[in-house]
Amino acid sequence: MIAQAASDSINVAQNVGFGIIAALMIFAALSVVTTRNVVHAALWLVLVLAGVAAQYILAAAEFVAASQVLVYIGAVMVLFLFGIMLTRAQIGHEKGLNNPTWALGIPVAIVLLGLLAWVIIDAFEDDVLPDRGPTPTVALSDQFLSIYLIPFLALSFVLLAAAIGAIVLARKDR
Amino acid sequence: MLAVNFLLLGAVLFCIGVYGVIARRNAVLVLMSIELILNAVNLNLIAFALIKGTVDGQVFALYVVAIAAAEVGVGLAMVLMIYRNRRSIALDELSEMKG
Amino acid sequence: MMLAADAAQLSSGWFLENAWLIALIPAIGFGLIIAFGKKMPMKGSEIGLLSMAASTVLASGAAVQWIQRTDSADKGGEEAVGLIQAFGRSVPTVSEGGEVEPFIEPVVSTWVWWQNSGLEFGIGSSVDGLAILLLWLVAFISLLVQVFSLDYVRGDRRYTHFFAALTLFSAGMLVMVMAENMVQLILGWEIMGLCSFMLIGHWWEEYPNARAALKAFFTVRVGDVGLLVGTAIIFFGANQWAVDNLDSNGFNIAAIQAWALSGEGSHILLLMGAIALFIACIGKSGQFPLHTWLPDAMAGPTPVSSLLHSSTMVVAGVFLVARIYPVFWQGFNIDNGGLSFIAVIGGITIVIAALLAFVQDDIKKVLAYSTVSQLGYMMLGLGTGAWLPAVFHIFTHAFFKCCLFLCAGSISHSASHHSFDMKKDMGGLRKKMPFTFAAWIVSTLALAGIFPFAGFWSKDEIIDNVGNNGYDFLLIVGFGGAALTAMYMTRATYLTFFGEPRGAAAGLHDHDDFDDTHAEEHEMELLTVGAPEGPTAEEAAADAPRSLSAATNTDHHDDHHDDHHDDHHDDHHAEPHESGPLLLIPILVLAFLATISGFANATPLGEEWESIKKYVEPRPVEVPIEDYLAQGAGESLQLVMPTATGDALTADDGAKVCGFETPAAGTVCFFPAVTHAVPKLSKILAATATVVIAFAVAIAFNVAYYGRRNKHLVGLTERSRTLRGGYLFLKNKYYLDALYENVIVRWVAHPIAKAAYWMNQKIIDATVDGVGKSTRRTGQWVYDNIDQKVVDGAVNGSGFVASETGHGLQPVQSGKVSQYGALLFGAAAVGAIVLVIVNVS
Repeated sequence: MIAQAASDSINVAQNVGFGIIAALMIFAALSVVTTRNVVHAALWLVLVLAGVAAQYILAAAEFVAASQVLVYIGAVMVLFLFGIMLTRAQIGHEKGLNNPTWALGIPVAIVLLGLLAWVIIDAFEDDVLPDRGPTPTVALSDQFLSIYLIPFLALSFVLLAAAIGAIVLARKDR
Repeated sequence: MLAVNFLLLGAVLFCIGVYGVIARRNAVLVLMSIELILNAVNLNLIAFALIKGTVDGQVFALYVVAIAAAEVGVGLAMVLMIYRNRRSIALDELSEMKG
Repeated sequence: MMLAADAAQLSSGWFLENAWLIALIPAIGFGLIIAFGKKMPMKGSEIGLLSMAASTVLASGAAVQWIQRTDSADKGGEEAVGLIQAFGRSVPTVSEGGEVEPFIEPVVSTWVWWQNSGLEFGIGSSVDGLAILLLWLVAFISLLVQVFSLDYVRGDRRYTHFFAALTLFSAGMLVMVMAENMVQLILGWEIMGLCSFMLIGHWWEEYPNARAALKAFFTVRVGDVGLLVGTAIIFFGANQWAVDNLDSNGFNIAAIQAWALSGEGSHILLLMGAIALFIACIGKSGQFPLHTWLPDAMAGPTPVSSLLHSSTMVVAGVFLVARIYPVFWQGFNIDNGGLSFIAVIGGITIVIAALLAFVQDDIKKVLAYSTVSQLGYMMLGLGTGAWLPAVFHIFTHAFFKCCLFLCAGSISHSASHHSFDMKKDMGGLRKKMPFTFAAWIVSTLALAGIFPFAGFWSKDEIIDNVGNNGYDFLLIVGFGGAALTAMYMTRATYLTFFGEPRGAAAGLHDHDDFDDTHAEEHEMELLTVGAPEGPTAEEAAADAPRSLSAATNTDHHDDHHDDHHDDHHDDHHAEPHESGPLLLIPILVLAFLATISGFANATPLGEEWESIKKYVEPRPVEVPIEDYLAQGAGESLQLVMPTATGDALTADDGAKVCGFETPAAGTVCFFPAVTHAVPKLSKILAATATVVIAFAVAIAFNVAYYGRRNKHLVGLTERSRTLRGGYLFLKNKYYLDALYENVIVRWVAHPIAKAAYWMNQKIIDATVDGVGKSTRRTGQWVYDNIDQKVVDGAVNGSGFVASETGHGLQPVQSGKVSQYGALLFGAAAVGAIVLVIVNVS
């Protein structure tokens, strides 16, 4: 790490920013899965997603960050709020948001976390993320339209199918 | 910035999402938890892209974003349909698949 | 006279370079029929006919140009030898004991279809001798079958769709045959599978037809898994080598061939790939464990059976083996004379299918099992290194088997009221339908392999080569199969064309079936009775004076066939008569070809008769890589000369390199040096084979003729009441669940019926009769035990195991999503922990 520090010195401001955002995200994520109010859960989720977008910017992925804001915060969250309203959840506290067996989730999550943490720390011990400049969007689009063209086309089919499927499922007159 | 920090943040979000999927009863909340999981994966992809110095990870992250949008659309349509038929979106009441 | 500078050029031509049109035209034709067919004056059939005619013309042109190309290479080769020698390269000349065989470069024209991650997939045509042979064959047979269909399916509910599917099928086969890479091959292969499904289920309103279509589709799909897996295995094996050496990729068929023979691929990989790919061939070509779909596929209209399930589609599997033969050659160690998986499966199939053909009463099922058996011959040939005879047998078999099926169609159309039951609705037709009878006899002789008809030259050549390559047991299997073939065909011929007219053939209308389904139902009833006696009793009764026969038939079938009367068909089916010209012309053309096509490669007559060998078999020579690559970019006009190592001799004499040793550095082989049986030996063997077959015919004829006249047989039904009771009992129980039915048939009714039958046979006791009947019993036994018990048992068994496991795990299936989620993630976590611990320690 000391050897690397010469080339990739740790940017203090970046680290501090990361820490604050990460703490906020974890708190918000915990709130999403524990709050007793569905609408609040959605709003906490907005915070998590915004935090993720901010982390992308820290990791020099501007285009992905912009997409994250547009798609998730712009579109997906609106869908969620509509979903909540159309299913007439109570705006306010609600009982029975959790399963009777909700406690089962705690050990599973903790075991998984321990495992992941162990593997990650084992593999990346002291590696420092290189300090790269922002990724040019051209580089991304080149990739999309050359070697990842087929998956890209396949994806457009998936989106079309999903749109049609959602309409078929949700329409009333059947 | 240490790579471990970034990846651990992803791991924590992932596990919170897993907890949410298991613990929540309300279908919309389960979908939200799935979004948490997907975002955790995306964080990892971006981190790996940064470590490798290629944009492939970002490409995949964008794919995940698009797929997630499709998934939420279909998922919420299903929830709406379930609600319309049963006046409830509590997942533990949906046990027709019981063997 | 060629100029010296041109001497080293292979001739090419417009037809060869634009061979892709052969497949494209039917594909466009399909689109046109679907879009505009119903509005056309002939309901779209004219588009299908025109497109197939165009393909046939193009394929003929390509074939002529390919022959010119080969000739130019052989001529130019000799001159080029002189030319190269003049430049100081030592090339073995004819005087040195070697004959230079130039490599004939396939004519390739491809376009990039799509690309991903730097991997390009081409689509287009790669034409060599094998491709030309099949292109012409498929286009020509499709044309004839479409002509036949004009009349045969006239007035059908889905006339337009029928022609559309038929045309698309031809396009699929042509795409597959001309494939340059495995992806295109799979594309064509799957198009055929789809069309097969559509056409078998053409009359899907009848439940058995829909079921047969599903069965065919799923059975072939089981094999297709092998195709995908095999292609993937070969790709991962060959890709790096192909990129490094041939500037190609692991899907390219030429690259796969070269890689397999380069000696650089791992043998395990080749073996796994070969096994997986052969499983696909088992499914498609109806080989032993997966052959059950083919007879059921006869539920489709007869032209479909003729085109898809006898002469073209089912040879797709054989074609695949022939096309990437080096993979199988190396994978199964055919070079060392190893007993290959292919040969074993082929041998088993020959015998099993031939025996099954004895117990069928549906004329199309006899032919279907015969097809399976003949495909077994092709596989046997390929599995023992007899590449050329196997490919030649594809060629001849297409003519005579297609002809036989069309004859069956002609009979059912004009004589037997759409029934295919030989015992109920046929007999004595030889005077009523002289042309059909003549064509049938010619094709039967060709199938049996009687000199000088087509099958003699191809099937006996396979048998001869099998023996020549040292497979003594398989040689006997081959002879046995030939004898069985002659016997079951004699039986079918006798039942159809000789004896007293029965049922519909006698002009009776008591079970006028609209389509094939009912024939199948009769079939099923008879098989359900299971004991060989049921049909025999029936047969005996039918042989009695005609009034008795009518009475017997009526009281059996009126009860459940009344509702199938289709009155508007009765008007033109009053009496059995010869079919019209639209049906007869294709039949007669095919019969003519069944007579003469054998001379295309009449090995025993000497080398000048071996045109298939000369023009179709790839030359096993080492090709310098730089010469091969120099002809890229679609030019392929350069003659590739074999290297100057002295190994480029004919396969039969001199050193064999390709397929036996690693080719010299800087060269590649595309085809192994397969051996060919010495013609002298084959004359003796062919004569023997003819004698064996003639003997078999005699026995079968005696059994059929005398056995059926035997007065003891006539009263059989009266004397075996047990059997009669069992028959009716089973007939009534037939619609119960399959398991119940199978248990009863196998464990209760069969032994009783068999014992009774055996007793009766003892009383009758004629030596010749015994031979025939025991064959028949063996066939029944094979059908009941191998087919029904082992194959079906495996299927049922796997279902049973799955169901039991399911019950054990039932409590886990709470139906609660959250618990599923917990289980999923928990299991993933546990699995990951195990992996991590294993990796760390």
